[in-house]
Amino acid sequence: MALTEKQTLKIQQHVLDFKEVPGALLPLMHAIQDDLGYVPEDAYPIISKAYNLSIAEIHGFITFYHHFRTHPAGKNVLQICRAESCQAMGSEEIETYCKSALGIDYHETTDDNLITLEPIYCLGNCACSPAVMINNQVIGRVSKNKIDDIIRAAKEKL
Amino acid sequence: MTPKIYIPIDSSALSLGAEEVHQAILSEARSRKIELEIVRNGSRGLFFLEPLVEVETSDGRIAYGPVEVSDVPSLFDKEFFLGKSHDLCLGLTDQIAWLKKQERLTFARVGITDPLNINDYENHDGFKGLRNALKLEPQSIVKEVTDSGLRGRGGAAFPTGIKWQTVLNAPSEKKYIVCNADEGDSGTYSDRMIMENDPFVLIEGMIIAGLAVGADYGYIYLRSEYPHALAVLNKAIDIAKEKNYLGKNILGTKHHFDLEVSRAAGAYICGEETSLLESLEGKRGMVRYKPPLPAIEGLYRKPTVVNNVISLATIPIIMDKGSAFYANFGMGRSKGTLPIQLAGNLRNTGLIEKAFGVTLRELLYDFGGGSATGKPIKAVQVGGPLGAFLPEAQFDTPLDYEKFSAINAVVGHGGIVAFDETVDMSKLARYSFEFCAIESCGKCTPCRIGSTRGMEVIDKIKSGKDQDKNVKLLRDLGDTMVNGSLCAMGGMTPFPVISALNFFPQDFGLENKET
Repeated sequence: MALTEKQTLKIQQHVLDFKEVPGALLPLMHAIQDDLGYVPEDAYPIISKAYNLSIAEIHGFITFYHHFRTHPAGKNVLQICRAESCQAMGSEEIETYCKSALGIDYHETTDDNLITLEPIYCLGNCACSPAVMINNQVIGRVSKNKIDDIIRAAKEKL
Repeated sequence: MTPKIYIPIDSSALSLGAEEVHQAILSEARSRKIELEIVRNGSRGLFFLEPLVEVETSDGRIAYGPVEVSDVPSLFDKEFFLGKSHDLCLGLTDQIAWLKKQERLTFARVGITDPLNINDYENHDGFKGLRNALKLEPQSIVKEVTDSGLRGRGGAAFPTGIKWQTVLNAPSEKKYIVCNADEGDSGTYSDRMIMENDPFVLIEGMIIAGLAVGADYGYIYLRSEYPHALAVLNKAIDIAKEKNYLGKNILGTKHHFDLEVSRAAGAYICGEETSLLESLEGKRGMVRYKPPLPAIEGLYRKPTVVNNVISLATIPIIMDKGSAFYANFGMGRSKGTLPIQLAGNLRNTGLIEKAFGVTLRELLYDFGGGSATGKPIKAVQVGGPLGAFLPEAQFDTPLDYEKFSAINAVVGHGGIVAFDETVDMSKLARYSFEFCAIESCGKCTPCRIGSTRGMEVIDKIKSGKDQDKNVKLLRDLGDTMVNGSLCAMGGMTPFPVISALNFFPQDFGLENKET
């Protein structure tokens, strides 16, 4: 998927903005992903040229960090905490329920592009396990009913 | 007088509906034509009672909780805003046993103040430590911190003063203060609470660190899973700059200090200090060899203090009340207090700041109230995913770095996750390896490859295949990882695995067998 002209311009601007910043790659990738929703692989050559880094270095950086994605996500990102505290409160059941309710596995997006499902390792909401995060909103003491509410709300938002 | 109501804005309280309760109170007050002054405070850390709404009275604050949206009309019917009684009324907040039994030093203001109100911060002893530090020579600040006995609260428990002394002694034009806010351990949330609920205390601690070692720039490396903390910290930094606590010539002195938040990107390994520094430099978070220590060659090869959020947030009270005051709490070589976080399967979860020495049993039963499910507690994991699982027989161990070390366990960052009797410990052991495989930076072979092989060996043991041979192999693998990994990721993953195997062999299908 080639970049649109608008996307290219945006990426070029971000690359310029961070050019003089020490440790630029980290804030740059955040800026691109916050703006475009993902870091397109077609952005690599632009970054490579401006920062004098190889494509391999950029690819290596992006793939090291779980937060960055090289393909667009669905309209909503639902992240389920898999860590120990949530496991102690039945997060496995929540995982199974989400996967079957949405008909997708982790790192997949529903056919209608509504929800992307991802695992996450601790939201710092361990006093209210099990926890999930929908977009940037954390929800605690999640039950199957609450998952239904989250999915319904995502649909209604459309 | 307009009644003053406190509704928390901490993200855990929000995750339980505190914002919905806030909106319901606003609209109910509007329709009843009652004027209220609403303060969005931090959380007191009693998450089993959140959303906890408080009302100011002449006797002190009165608490109501846990409040749901459906409770709001009846709260108004009973005139809760005047502190009157209601089924949800918990009495004076300060008298709630859970809070009363604590010793809150680092968390002194948390839940009491409005996190972003700098006047509120100043009125509650804020910046007193900084004002004292500004009058001192760097060496005297470092001595105060050393004398306090404060040890790294991130988990490694290294004496903070010694680390600072090393950076102070390192000759360099440029030095850095880096706050490790990559709180990735499951069961821990005290860093998040400080950053969301009392951000100025962290800023103050970092400024003092800068004064002590001669650094004029700081970074807070914050995990991306904490969007709420990110927003709060950025606002707090802006406010501190406006008030000249940050920037050039702070408070009219010759000292400069500036600070920024750097957003991490979801890699657990970046909580390891050298990996964190690589990440801050815009690289893959690959662990570095030590030596050189970051205190000598850290960020951009300059002398760098890397401290956890809680360590830095504890500095202001030490500089305000003195090292002797702080060192007076605790036991043995574990001085001061630890913010303990109760999590997982417990009835009463939340934050408990106590002097070192409290036992696990007191925490799990007196504070925690036993399991949430009402079933017996089978095991607890202390100190995050790299901490050992402890069986009931070890619940009388006091929280103390050395006492935990003696039973091959770690206090770590003070997170305690409880599991009831339904847990399958072999599954948790397998998950420890899986987590290590997902999060390993890949530098050391035992960690990168051993984690995957470990999962396979556990699967073989559970399926009954060559059990004796495979148990031996698992122990051998653990030994290789412990001794052949550069950092704690590979070096400590065997702790939960082997402790699960030792204490719960029956979960691995090893009943009546010598393990």
